[in-house]
Amino acid sequence: MDAILLQILNGLDKGSAYALIALGLTLIFGTLGVVNFAHGALFMLGAFCAVTLNNILSLSFTTIDPDRTDFLGNPLKVETPYVESWFGPEIGMAIIQWSVPLSILFAIPVMVMVGLIMERGLIKHFYRRPHADQILVTFGLAIVLQEIIKYFFGANPIPTPAPPAFAGSFDFGASLGLEPGQIIYPYWRLVYFSFAAVIIAAVFCFLRYTTFGMVVRAGMADRETVGFLGININKRFTIMFAIAAIVAGLAGVMYAPINSPNYHMGMDFLVLSFVVVVVGGMGSLAGAVLAGFLLGILESFASMAQVVALLPGINQIIIYLVAIIVLLTRPRGLMGRKGVMED
Amino acid sequence: MLGLNKKDTTLLFIVVFMTLFAPFILNPFPVGSQLAQFNAGYPDLMQRFVIFGIFAIGFNILFGLTGYLSFGHAAFLGVGSYAGVWMMKLLSMNVIPAILMSMVVAGLFSVLVGYICLRRSGIYFSILTLAFAQMSFSLAYSVLTPITNGETGLQLGLNDPRILGVSQVEGSIPPANLFGIAMRDSYELTLGGWAFTFNAGYYLCAVVMIVAFYAAIRIFRSPFGLMLKAVKSNQQRMNYTGLNSKPYTFAAFVISGVYAGLAGGLMVAMDPLAGAERMQWTASGEVVLMTILGGAGTLFGPVLGAGFIKYFENIFSKINENVLHQWFAALPDSIENVLIAVVYPFIGKGWHLTLGIMFMLVVIFLPGGIMEGIQRLVNLFKRRRTTDDERAGGSSALANNAKAAE
Amino acid sequence: MQILEVKGVNKSFGGLKALNEVNLSVEQGDVHAIIGPNGAGKSTLLNCFVGRLTPDTGSVSFMGKNLIGIKPHEINQAGVSRVFQTPEIFGDLSILDNVIIPALATQDGSFRFNAWSGVLRRTEVQDKAESILEDLGLADKRHTIASSLSRGDKRRLELAMCLVQDPKLVLLDEPTAGMSRADTNNTIDLLKSIGERGITKIVIEHDMHVVFSLAHKVSVLAQGTVIVEGKPEDIKGDPRVQEAYLGGVHI
Repeated sequence: MDAILLQILNGLDKGSAYALIALGLTLIFGTLGVVNFAHGALFMLGAFCAVTLNNILSLSFTTIDPDRTDFLGNPLKVETPYVESWFGPEIGMAIIQWSVPLSILFAIPVMVMVGLIMERGLIKHFYRRPHADQILVTFGLAIVLQEIIKYFFGANPIPTPAPPAFAGSFDFGASLGLEPGQIIYPYWRLVYFSFAAVIIAAVFCFLRYTTFGMVVRAGMADRETVGFLGININKRFTIMFAIAAIVAGLAGVMYAPINSPNYHMGMDFLVLSFVVVVVGGMGSLAGAVLAGFLLGILESFASMAQVVALLPGINQIIIYLVAIIVLLTRPRGLMGRKGVMED
Repeated sequence: MLGLNKKDTTLLFIVVFMTLFAPFILNPFPVGSQLAQFNAGYPDLMQRFVIFGIFAIGFNILFGLTGYLSFGHAAFLGVGSYAGVWMMKLLSMNVIPAILMSMVVAGLFSVLVGYICLRRSGIYFSILTLAFAQMSFSLAYSVLTPITNGETGLQLGLNDPRILGVSQVEGSIPPANLFGIAMRDSYELTLGGWAFTFNAGYYLCAVVMIVAFYAAIRIFRSPFGLMLKAVKSNQQRMNYTGLNSKPYTFAAFVISGVYAGLAGGLMVAMDPLAGAERMQWTASGEVVLMTILGGAGTLFGPVLGAGFIKYFENIFSKINENVLHQWFAALPDSIENVLIAVVYPFIGKGWHLTLGIMFMLVVIFLPGGIMEGIQRLVNLFKRRRTTDDERAGGSSALANNAKAAE
Repeated sequence: MQILEVKGVNKSFGGLKALNEVNLSVEQGDVHAIIGPNGAGKSTLLNCFVGRLTPDTGSVSFMGKNLIGIKPHEINQAGVSRVFQTPEIFGDLSILDNVIIPALATQDGSFRFNAWSGVLRRTEVQDKAESILEDLGLADKRHTIASSLSRGDKRRLELAMCLVQDPKLVLLDEPTAGMSRADTNNTIDLLKSIGERGITKIVIEHDMHVVFSLAHKVSVLAQGTVIVEGKPEDIKGDPRVQEAYLGGVHI
């Protein structure tokens, strides 16, 4: 029982990331009809927003402290971050330590910008082109984005710590009334899961309870008819793309403490997220979220020592295997609508 | 000739000429000159040109003709490579069994993958092939380590059995050879300031590519090839026309898989090692790019695309800051520095950035690739000539149009 | 002799009964028109003949061969060819290739791995395609890319693609829809001229002018059932038909 719970919990953080990326992919595919291979790059850009803000906040000036000396006897050079000198050492320190959550505020305008430029500048021209062209051009874009990041940030992963309040782990099992010491769970993963849940809920509420969302949902169901109603669907598509970009970006921001950001993390997640979308059902938002969590948890189960001993390597391929089986037996995915790209 | 019409025969001869005389064509600059860095006539690079040419020709039979976009073809190349190395470990250093085994194993693997992936079309097919390739990649790194030697890659060893050959010669691994001709043997020819290298391995690859190209022409011009074009054009109409599109697509998939295996086998014949990174999806993306850049669905395009990408990859990777300084040395320092700052991100390790940008530009502006670009230029030229003729007299313009229509 | 025999075909989509106990028999050599108001189930019925839809119950047999549950390409191989409502052609291939493909399908069957012989060497196929294009007045355009044709020419091409297969039965789904009067008349002449080849035809049509110029026999479909069947002259005056159309089209 404990073991099962532990695996479910372990699967949640990756599952959350899959779900968030898959949600964005589905929004874009469902509304714009575009297969976006650059969506993983948006996730990666989000993570690097966190890195960038951390770097900016840590910008320091150097002063010489005449009272202290370093080990060579020279006066000690002291690096003081600007924020510390502006807000006082304690608040300044706290700001730096909380850079990852703060990056959310930083990432939203950045992702909106990136999203708008991408959609208006590139994707827009591919609405009527074949899916293969869409795949190819966004694949090219993904390479470009990741190489730009590599140029500025290098090839090595950049550790981006979570705020100290959420660093470390706690005994989750004990707080659920189970035997202590069985389920040790890092705080930040719980934060990530909750964050993902909030974002997903926000997107669903937005689509459900606003006029805008209603039009978008109608557009997903039948694009042409909505166009006939005289609604400027294009403008809404642009906004939808920006929203999908924000979702992917924020997923990346908050993922930075879990896995140190590197330039190819987008590609790694993209392939899996596509598989998630396919398993969930192309065009189904709920399916994307459900499949994201399911596959994350499934992957975590497959990584259990007992399972790997039985079926070596299963943890590496379980997601692909599931996708292949789902596609062959139930082509429209778990919750896909009938007729959406079924052939 | 050879069962081809005149136009195709000409094309074949151009390819034969270009591959056989590549050591000359690719080495236009004297050794000592500044421009020698743009030469591409050394064996290693020339081998890559033709091997990736074969890979792209095969990929084009699937993607160019049927329109099925596979994102997993590197897996067949990788599997072929492993099979080739194993033949060299177990049987002999002769490259023939290695290459044949590469083709057979890659072909069998593509039968399996194709059987499953072709149950779907469109982007589902692309994602399925991608999933298969990533799965193979992951497995090669983990469980299949006994076969693939994991991250180190599969290499030859001094204690390999090589039952039809010898394990070692004077303490070292015998060279890969074709009935005694070592693949790494080269003949150097010096003419004045120029140096040309004729490498045995390259010529093996070149001959194989010519054969592969010839086979591709035959396929393109056959009823089978026409049916593949029909798959791309309108699969539903095809089915209502009494044709079963599935086996046609499947056959194209397997043929392209065998081509990929052949490319993998040749890689091993040139350099007997195999690693999982050859199967990564970025490697699959590269062959897609070659095909599109050259011109998907055209005969010559993929070869052109493969050569183009491999050449510029080589040149761009070689250029570093010092080289740039040399180039722009004549300019005032301030301009020089600005230019270098602008160019620098795209060269050296920045090659992938250039590649990505090129990829986007081609898909956006020239979906038909270089071949379409050439076609457009030719048409532009023809039109200009036609208008000139029109001024001279209408009748010849009509004749010209009629010719263009043929 | 009956070439097509349809017995008790039913087809429902959800709660909607599209076809209700449809019986139909088509005589060899006839032009058999199926008419009826919009939504009567004409296209659904046609789709049941070519394997696009499977009827819930009932049987469709063509020259004694059951057509239900077999694949579209097998139905075509049996000798049933179809012209679609919106022209379905191989848009990015030349007109000649468009005709050669069905000709090869008839010669070589649904699949044949003939990757080594040239298409150009198949002279019998080439000649046949050329002669059909000649007959339909498309020979001058044989190297044109099919998608650049006018709508009328596309229909003509599709007809050529059917005829080159020497089918025993051709299904035509509104062959004159969206055509001008002049084009319609041309099409009628064309269809009449191919009638001399002795091919049985089933025509779905709205245009009564077309129906009465061509058909030997007419079946009137309304709400998924055949309400009247007979010679064109008889149909004209039938009050049930008038009622079915209810002022939609004056007959």
